[in-house]
Amino acid sequence: MTEQTDFVQIRHAQKSFGELEVLKDISLSVDRGQIVAIIGPSGSGKSTLLRAINDLDALTGGEIWLDGTRVNKDLPHRQYEKHINEMRQQIGMVFQHFNLFPHLTVRENVTMAPMLLKGLSKDDANALAEEQLDHVGMLERIDYYPSQLSGGQKQRVAIARALAMKPKLMLFDEATSALDPELVDEVNQVMKTLAEEHMTMIIVTHEMDFAAAVCDRVLFMDKGVVVEEGPPEVIFKNPTQERTREFLRKHIEGAK
Amino acid sequence: MDFELMQKVYPFFLEAAWVTILLSVLTAILGLTCGALGAAARMSRFWVLRFIGAAYVSLFRGTPALIQLFILYFGGPQIGIQLDAFEAGVIGLGVNAGAYMTETIRGAIISIDKGQREAARTLGLSQWQAMYKVILPQSMRLMIRPLGVNINALIKATALVAAISVVELTYTAQRYIGSTYKPFEMFLLAGVLYMVIIYVVGKGIAWLDRKVQIT
Amino acid sequence: MGLDFSIIPKYMDVILLGCAWTIGITVAAALLSFVGGIIFAVIALYAPWIVRQPFRLIEWLFMGTPLLLQLFLIYFGLVQIGIDLPAFVAGIIGLGLHFAVYNSELIQTAILAVDKGQMEAARTLGLSRAQALRKVVIPQAVRAVIPPIGNNMIALLKDSALVSVIGVSELTLSAQRVIGKTYRPFEFYILAAACYYVINLCMEWVQRKIERRISISR
Repeated sequence: MTEQTDFVQIRHAQKSFGELEVLKDISLSVDRGQIVAIIGPSGSGKSTLLRAINDLDALTGGEIWLDGTRVNKDLPHRQYEKHINEMRQQIGMVFQHFNLFPHLTVRENVTMAPMLLKGLSKDDANALAEEQLDHVGMLERIDYYPSQLSGGQKQRVAIARALAMKPKLMLFDEATSALDPELVDEVNQVMKTLAEEHMTMIIVTHEMDFAAAVCDRVLFMDKGVVVEEGPPEVIFKNPTQERTREFLRKHIEGAK
Repeated sequence: MDFELMQKVYPFFLEAAWVTILLSVLTAILGLTCGALGAAARMSRFWVLRFIGAAYVSLFRGTPALIQLFILYFGGPQIGIQLDAFEAGVIGLGVNAGAYMTETIRGAIISIDKGQREAARTLGLSQWQAMYKVILPQSMRLMIRPLGVNINALIKATALVAAISVVELTYTAQRYIGSTYKPFEMFLLAGVLYMVIIYVVGKGIAWLDRKVQIT
Repeated sequence: MGLDFSIIPKYMDVILLGCAWTIGITVAAALLSFVGGIIFAVIALYAPWIVRQPFRLIEWLFMGTPLLLQLFLIYFGLVQIGIDLPAFVAGIIGLGLHFAVYNSELIQTAILAVDKGQMEAARTLGLSRAQALRKVVIPQAVRAVIPPIGNNMIALLKDSALVSVIGVSELTLSAQRVIGKTYRPFEFYILAAACYYVINLCMEWVQRKIERRISISR
């Protein structure tokens, strides 16, 4: 067992669907408090990589480590279940399509996991929920149902729901891709605040401007490999790889 | 139309209607239980359970309920099962209905968006917790109307126990057709009572369905 | 008393004859219910109000009451008004009418689902409403409705067992006759169930083939 000094470590991640190799030997380290953006064309494997970190889509090869513990441990089924559930409490995830629980109010969406998994009392959980929802600016809608909220509002609640578990790491899977343009800003604001509070974040995104403004590091992925990696100034202004240049060119033109 | 006759015999039909109602209630309870178990089996981790569940659905939906009833009632004694006609009716029809309800319940659960399960697991909920707190509550809402359709069919299926001489509505109709030679009148008496039962149950299901909707 | 499946071969011929009757009755009733379904659907949608209302009442009656009860009505009812038909004919009519009503609901939905523009195009070409229905709308509706009607046919197969109660010598009654001689209900009812299951599988296979044929010619 090598000592893992980095906060988040991905070692030789590999993922195949039958014949198709979606991730080809990816290794990556993230320090505590770092904000990492992963960009790339669709099919590049960036979402798959993100979802492998909390083992939502298991890798076919390679290891994921968080703060000294291996996430995707090789264990018999029952022990594995227990282990992964514990690990997932430490990793928050925000989805492109929010995935709020429609049958629960905003309050209940946020309090459910803390009460169920951490044994919080109803009062403590409510206080926690109010704190988190206030943090994302959704406190006044606390007793609404998700169906009564706009996309941006839903996503902010989803972020609060994830934060309520006090995770060590937050994963964002194209958190603003499904939002109308006017609603993107409110979510970006929340993410910016989180970054300023030194939450460790890995963000898969199409928004280059946001990535440039908020992130410490940017990874460009294409066809299952990390093509290039570096600080935003380098990647966005002076990429060394031709593939990176091409992608950025297309992307900026497309945005125009 | 012989109204005088109808007036004379309708009390017998009312009595028989209660038997039909009792049969329907018991059968529905058994059916829902078998349906829940069947759905759980079909979605289980263990392939043996999945196979048993699929076989249950295939065999009980693929053969006539009447034959299933006969196997249980007439054939049962040969394998040590002695039931009276009413018991055989409830068990036979209940297990039969359960096969249909298995698919209804399973269908509702499967139709819940994959992202819901993912969000629940991502928060750290176990498979069972995710099912119990997130998937099932949502799928229950979807299940009520289709199960109502199953129950509607079940009420009409109780008529089959007339073939093993349980004195319910259809048996009573047959009996009085035999003694009065007035099939239209007897059909009407029994038919109206069936329709009343189905109507009331239908309203109940609709009410339940409305009640569980979110906002 | 125990089980003894070895006596089955001796009576297979009776059982197989019963199977043949079951298949025959099912097919005949299925055809009747298909044609009847189309007719009922057209009446329910397009007939003048005075015809439509009582018709819907009868439809409602048939959908809200058990098939067995309806079989009693038809079998004994026909005798009462002077028409003495053999039991199997009454059985076919009973099954056919019952499922015609259910099919009609499906067909009505399918007809309404055919694009309004189809009717408009046909009328602008000069076809009368009846001709447009017959040549343009109904054929398209029928295509769409074959899968759910196929399911109804399979239900019909299973319900055909009920006509044994009015004395038709199909599979169920044949099994009962054999049981009367051998006193082995378990063995022969299981055998009957197996026969129904096999016929069911064949029908599903046919249904899949038909559905494939239809989707190709789209």
